[in-house]
Amino acid sequence: MDILTLIVPLLLAGAALLGLWRRVDVYDALLTGAAEGLGVLLRIVPALIALLTAVWMLRASGALELLAEVLAPVLERLGIPPETVALLLVRPVSGSAALGVGADLIRTYGPDSTIGRTAAVMLGSTETTFYTIAVYFSAAGIKKTRYAVPAALCADLAGFLAAAWAVRLLFPA
Amino acid sequence: MGMSVIWAGMVLLSLACGLATGRGGEVAAAAMEGASAGVELCLSMAGALCLWMGVMEVLRRSGAIRALSRLLRPVLGWLYPDFARDGGVMDAVSANVSANLLGLGNAATPLGLDAARRMSRRSPGVASDSLCMLVVCNTASIQLIPTTVAAVRAGAGSAAPFDILPAVWLASALSVTVGILAARLLARLWRD
Repeated sequence: MDILTLIVPLLLAGAALLGLWRRVDVYDALLTGAAEGLGVLLRIVPALIALLTAVWMLRASGALELLAEVLAPVLERLGIPPETVALLLVRPVSGSAALGVGADLIRTYGPDSTIGRTAAVMLGSTETTFYTIAVYFSAAGIKKTRYAVPAALCADLAGFLAAAWAVRLLFPA
Repeated sequence: MGMSVIWAGMVLLSLACGLATGRGGEVAAAAMEGASAGVELCLSMAGALCLWMGVMEVLRRSGAIRALSRLLRPVLGWLYPDFARDGGVMDAVSANVSANLLGLGNAATPLGLDAARRMSRRSPGVASDSLCMLVVCNTASIQLIPTTVAAVRAGAGSAAPFDILPAVWLASALSVTVGILAARLLARLWRD
């Protein structure tokens, strides 16, 4: 039994012990966090409904396959599964949209498939770049953003490529 | 605004493509099915997501952010040399990175914005090299335990929802490294 299988009970036990040791009201903190989780869900449900409607329509119409086919030569050369093309497009723009598209891929192709794993790693290793940039620069009152956008997009691109490579490396099909 | 255009584009494209390929009926049915799939998806991940948010709240209250901040301080001095001696900025930045590592997005953003505001005081209106670095580091995900994604995988019936952790760490590390290198390189090359 390897450690990643046991990570859930280990984390739960570890957090509980740490909390008790630091004299935190563990149960109250759990409930507060879980209630916050409901708030997060409530915020993403509308986005998921809107996004999955559009994604399912795209799939049924054949447009998604067409788009994937057009981009396939480029993506395949880079080692990225063409099926993830919609995820690549929305990831930098909207977090909830990316979660919707990614979760749909994970469900459709199976969480333990190469495509499902790649989508999961892409979601886990990238951020909503444009949203983050907008929030930070407006909070700091920045007009001249200089090279922040190109540098952040380099990181995104590297994240997508690395996600596809890491899955192929660690989960050989 | 960006998402409005994307969404409208997706719907129009499906309609056009569905009509062209004679799959209009399928597109119509898919629209309704997709909407219910959105709700089901949310329900399938609800339990795991709420549980993890609870565990993270326990960690936060246990002082995990402060403990990590202390460990990270020396590294961050190298990333933000202009502010290495500015206690206020370094405190905010190290707490921001720690909260990001723990996946506490709600705690990380205000800390990061505090750091950004402090940094911007030296060069109002213009993003300094350090501020660009801060933004780039916050647009690259560095979460140690991606709980939301694991919740989605668990909801979809994965045998081991967390078995992607090493892959996520590898991909995140590469992405952050490329971001930092790109920022450092562009800092030298950029002409305003």
